[in-house]
Amino acid sequence: MTEPILRVENIHKAYGPTEVLRGVSVDVRPGEVVVIIGPSGTGKSTLLRCVNQLTPPDQGRVWLKDVELTDKRTDINKARERIGMVFQDFNLFTHLTALQNVMLGLTKVKRMKPTAARAKAVMELEKVGLADKADLYPAELSGGQKQRAAIARSLAMDPEVMLFDEPTSALDPELIGEVLEVMQDLAAEGMTMLVVSHEMGFAREVADRIIFLENGVIADEGPPEQFFTNPKNPRTREFLWKLTELYGNHGEKGSRRSGRRGR
Amino acid sequence: MDYFLRCLKFILPAAKVTLLLTVAALALGLVLGLLLAVARIYGRPPARSFAAIYSRVVRSLPTLVVLFLVYSFVTIVFGIRGVTTAVIALTACTAAYQSEIFRGAIQSLGTGQMAAARSLGMTKSVAVRSVIIPQALRLAIPSWSNEAAIVLKDSSLASAIGTTEIFRRAQQIGAANHDYLPAFLACGLIYFCLTFLTNRVLDYVQKRYRLKL
Ligand SMILES: Nc1ncnc2c1ncn2[C@@H]1O[C@H](COP(=O)(O)OP(=O)(O)O)[C@@H](O)[C@H]1O
Ligand SMILES: [Mg+2]
Repeated sequence: MTEPILRVENIHKAYGPTEVLRGVSVDVRPGEVVVIIGPSGTGKSTLLRCVNQLTPPDQGRVWLKDVELTDKRTDINKARERIGMVFQDFNLFTHLTALQNVMLGLTKVKRMKPTAARAKAVMELEKVGLADKADLYPAELSGGQKQRAAIARSLAMDPEVMLFDEPTSALDPELIGEVLEVMQDLAAEGMTMLVVSHEMGFAREVADRIIFLENGVIADEGPPEQFFTNPKNPRTREFLWKLTELYGNHGEKGSRRSGRRGR
Repeated sequence: MDYFLRCLKFILPAAKVTLLLTVAALALGLVLGLLLAVARIYGRPPARSFAAIYSRVVRSLPTLVVLFLVYSFVTIVFGIRGVTTAVIALTACTAAYQSEIFRGAIQSLGTGQMAAARSLGMTKSVAVRSVIIPQALRLAIPSWSNEAAIVLKDSSLASAIGTTEIFRRAQQIGAANHDYLPAFLACGLIYFCLTFLTNRVLDYVQKRYRLKL
């Protein structure tokens, strides 16, 4: 078995008196796609933010290969270059075009020359199918296009791991498919991905492992087949049931394209 | 009518001083106001408190009081006089008001922009400079235009510490001829034109740089 590329060990995080994460550990191996599901407010976003230290955990450690991100002496900015993050509400820089959004990290962080950065940014936009939208501002893009531009912005940094925090939750149903497709291609190329998502079609087809996070701990964990058909924890079945009610039949092939999903 | 035109002619050259006061105070206040706003939101605790206290204290004082405080202090301690004193005082005031404008603008951006910038590996200062400030400046333009008009008009207070700007010139010619109304009408007309022009320029800037949200 290969060494994990990302090791998350015993993470604790409290906001005031409420402990949001109560000892969460996850190992992700190179090329693995791990999908995290769980009720709203259970600490999924917090967990991802603890990985790249946007939210430093109170306790526990995170390693990217042999670099400990929770170590105060680590240059966290250097480490974050190696970890892409995609947000639920895109967070594109509104004053910049799609192309400039992708270029900014290249020029400001990787210190590439503008011409080289532009060439790379164009390539990244092509990969997510947005070459013809390069000069549009975020406000001129649809939700799906915004999220694809945000993915391109992260990928431009050549990250070793990608974190996705409910990347399709803010999208209209008919736009979910185009984003999931990009993510699926990325997974096929061998990207290591930690994905918070309730798109069960995606989880079933793409995930190597699914984690059920509840009340700040991992309540269940396993490969999709086992997870859907024979969960270890009865709560898992209950939660999957709720998801089915909310989002439509999770097991059905191609359900992510038809995007049946209510609010 | 002849006297009114003479007043205009007498006062108009001082518009240079009014414009100098206004532009200098606005520009310096922009830089300081941005620094204060950034310190307030992203700074360490001492910088945060300093920015908050400064803004609170200065905004609680009438501009005229700040002018005389600065005038007394600067004249006694540094021996500086004249226009420089007025610029310092007006800057001190507008910096406080502008810091509130920029603070509001930065806060309305939300935390997501900073999170996205940091997740790419930007340092906090690079993120502030290349992501936060460019957006905050654009969002702030409407309130900033308002502040610009206020500073333009408040520059008349500088006459109280002996700066010869348009209002003081109006007083002078009015006093010399014992006929004030035409003098102040001329003075008012010049302020009106300057304010009108300023607003037009800033309206253009706003249209040109409006953030598409
Ligand atoms: N910055 C914060 N300050 C205080 N409480 C927070 C903060 N961020 C998240 N929380 C709280 O932590 C809990 C978990 O939040 P989150 O990780 O966003 O959950 P999830 O992504 O699973 O919906 C929620 O109850 C939320 O209100
Ligand atoms: Mg969340």
